[in-house]
Amino acid sequence: MKRAAFDNRWLPILLLLPQLSIICLFFYWPAWQALRSSFFLQDPFGFGETFVGWANYTRLWTSSEYLKNAGFTAIFSLSVTGLSLAIALLLAVKADTVLRGAKTYRTLLMWVYAVAPPMAGFIALILFNQRWGPMTDFFAMFGWDLQVRLDYFDTGFVMVVASVWKQIPVNFIFFLSGLQSIPRAVREAALIDNASGFSRFWTVTFPLLAPTGFFLLIINITYSLFDTFGLIDTILRNNPGDNPVTLVYQVYLDGFRGQDIGGSSAQSVVLMVLVLALTIMQFRLVERRIHYT
Amino acid sequence: MANVTLNQIRKVYGNGFEAVKPCSFRIEDGEFLVLVGPSGCGKSTLLRMIAGLEDITEGELSIGDRLVNTVDPANRDIAMVFQNYALYPHMTVRKNIGYGLKNRKTPPAEIARKVDEAAAMLNLGAYLDRKPSQLSGGQRQRVAMGRAIVRDPALFLFDEPLSNLDAKLRNQMRIEIKALQRRLGVTSIYVTHDQVEAMTMADRIVVLNGGVIEQIGTPSEIYHSPNSTFVASFMGAPPMNLVKAQLDEGTVRLDCGTAVMAAPAGRSGPVTLGIRPEDVRIGSGAARFDIALIEELGAHRLLHGQVAGQPFTVHVAKETQVSHGPQPIELPPAAMALFDTATGARL
Amino acid sequence: MADLTQTAPARTTRSPIRWASVLDHAILIAGAALMIVPLLMMLQMSTIPDAQVMQHGPSLQIGGEFWDNLRKALFQSMSFSGETTGLTMFRNSLILGLGFAIGKIVVAMLAAYGIVYFRLRFATLAFWLIFTTLLLPLEVRIVPSYEITQKLGLLNSWTGLIVPLIASATATFFFRQYFMSVPEELVEAARIDGAGPVRFFIDILVPLSRTMIAAMFIIMFVYGWNQYLWPLMVSTQEDKVTLVQGIKQITQSLEGNHIPEYGRSNVLALLAVLPPVLVVLFFQRWFVKGLTESDK
Repeated sequence: MKRAAFDNRWLPILLLLPQLSIICLFFYWPAWQALRSSFFLQDPFGFGETFVGWANYTRLWTSSEYLKNAGFTAIFSLSVTGLSLAIALLLAVKADTVLRGAKTYRTLLMWVYAVAPPMAGFIALILFNQRWGPMTDFFAMFGWDLQVRLDYFDTGFVMVVASVWKQIPVNFIFFLSGLQSIPRAVREAALIDNASGFSRFWTVTFPLLAPTGFFLLIINITYSLFDTFGLIDTILRNNPGDNPVTLVYQVYLDGFRGQDIGGSSAQSVVLMVLVLALTIMQFRLVERRIHYT
Repeated sequence: MANVTLNQIRKVYGNGFEAVKPCSFRIEDGEFLVLVGPSGCGKSTLLRMIAGLEDITEGELSIGDRLVNTVDPANRDIAMVFQNYALYPHMTVRKNIGYGLKNRKTPPAEIARKVDEAAAMLNLGAYLDRKPSQLSGGQRQRVAMGRAIVRDPALFLFDEPLSNLDAKLRNQMRIEIKALQRRLGVTSIYVTHDQVEAMTMADRIVVLNGGVIEQIGTPSEIYHSPNSTFVASFMGAPPMNLVKAQLDEGTVRLDCGTAVMAAPAGRSGPVTLGIRPEDVRIGSGAARFDIALIEELGAHRLLHGQVAGQPFTVHVAKETQVSHGPQPIELPPAAMALFDTATGARL
Repeated sequence: MADLTQTAPARTTRSPIRWASVLDHAILIAGAALMIVPLLMMLQMSTIPDAQVMQHGPSLQIGGEFWDNLRKALFQSMSFSGETTGLTMFRNSLILGLGFAIGKIVVAMLAAYGIVYFRLRFATLAFWLIFTTLLLPLEVRIVPSYEITQKLGLLNSWTGLIVPLIASATATFFFRQYFMSVPEELVEAARIDGAGPVRFFIDILVPLSRTMIAAMFIIMFVYGWNQYLWPLMVSTQEDKVTLVQGIKQITQSLEGNHIPEYGRSNVLALLAVLPPVLVVLFFQRWFVKGLTESDK
């Protein structure tokens, strides 16, 4: 709050009213609903509900399908996060180094930020087309006969590739911005103190980028958990079959298509707890970040 | 028309910190009053209370004959110049100066006339259509001044307006502000931590320390007869020499035993002796001054060293020949002030 | 953080071997190609006959079918009922993108103004109520959100599509941070100049935030335009389908037919991709500033 804040009594309430009413209606109410429904079993014909305690949750731990998808989600998220961060960091460091054409490279490397995840899925479908996809041809040269939506592993692989492609630009923008905010005096001091460019990167640049990296780590995990829904749905052509899906996709499948509100709500709550933990971690990291800059 | 009266004004913040202890004084019509003190002494809080930007916890504030404790800042008939100028960055100079008038529903033609008048007075005529970011520091300062004078207020408030300027520009603006205030004859309150500004600009100075008024007086009074060791050491560059001494049987003696002045009888014990560096005479006398460093300033010299084992500074004219090492000095009794060592108050 | 569009600071030393620099450029060119080639490929496929695509896929040949495909994509109906053309979908995407961006910015600015510039009795409560929403994305409460929208009778309406998406405080948080950084003296000067809270907001704060509003607008427009799951659930009527949502029908149309309409599909996909991309490229400077500063 500002030192010389206005004293008006009703105006601030009026100003906050739209925001508060929207979040109460479309945030707190649904969140509460999810929490509540997770302890109830809904009648499939809509004739009421029965309190079942933790049954919806225990059902999850015993469902082999849920555990399988949880396992896939973990591997998927880690691969997407790791790969997109590594590639973006490499590109950002190079874009920060070159003198000529730096601006053009930046533009060419960042525009994919604006591509919708389902569109990335669509592009992946073309690249990995069974009959003539350029990427399918490429992997065929190594004797790998890629079969999207027929082979569990191949489908997961294509999902990772498309998700990484879509996520590189965001990481690139943040890394580059982080690199450029390293004071010139620090770089020049490092130049004098350390002759090896490689060692200079790992001992000076990388530690200074670490806060940005931590922040991006959380952003990327959240992205791969939630924002990839459209990408996965497009690759699966709306028909998962035996293919890998992420946990968010399963919430949608069970709750919206399968009408298993209780089970889907329990899954939502599990995800909420997961995101909550991640976000709290992020806030603590961001807080610590302030000391670096 | 506008004198300002502060009657037992006090400020306590929500966290219990008492920023300004109850204080009273009166500013006469047309007077230029400077509030000076180190940072955190409450001078800005006091000014902001007068402006209405800060609530007054206790006491009465009147501008003219009107009690204004609860009056909105816009209706106190004041204008304020801020430390960082506080110009609206998206408005041209013309709009910046005229914004207050526009909010008062002044007719556009009159706004234009007054803005032009103020701009002419401040040599801003050529810059009226520029944005603040296209101006130099000094020009921005003038725009902030323009915004104040165009309103034709009963009272000007200045909150350290020159502290963001470089030394040369600061000297120039100091003179301009003072001249402008003389010309307009508007009552002004000026806050600064710079004692040179206080000395050169003020009709009267209020020295604040820790939320308490240490002394109110003309620059000459403040300089030559400080009320306390705080005022003595805060005003003047270099500050007044303060040396520990003993008052015994009507005589003040330095720690080395040299008697320096006679003092009224009936009191004894430790005292602090104060003397301005330029009042010390060098070359003869009973006291010894051990010179360690000579600062050459062109027009004069500053000699730094010790008297009776305590730091001491002497100001000499450029013609005076000096060398390092002990020198006899004379401390004229008329130029000396005695302070209570425990309370710092003048005896 | 630093502005990405500034030129890199000049290096004080140069590597004696230029090969390092060649390698740098090679890596960057490979990266740029990785990003741009898929898009060019889609463009190429829309210029050659569908039958050829079905046989051989993308190639280096540039054909003459593009304008015909563009016409079909824009004006020919996608669906059985014959209502949805590419043009309607484009319009719907625009409504979603603009409606979301404008709605979110207006709501967020008002709320942030209320939080930062006023003494509020329940300020802490309001603050926590609003900023807790940063913790949970829409996706984790998607099913109950759908049920509530249904209960309120908002399915298949623009309100039902846009308003629930606004129910998170990202922009509010951003504007709060920005308002906090606006110099204190500005509001004091304005108060002495006789500006009340409404006047200060309109005359000073909004014009002052222009750059920030632009940055937020770009990010939010892209976010709104790119929505997929939520429109898929609440907009089931064909006249409300957006381009991104329509990609589902497009991919499905690539199956089953004798000769899938590759050309038209690719043009539609490009139509879905290009507007947000152009916005980001055109306003690159503001966009990067907004994005990298929003995390502070």
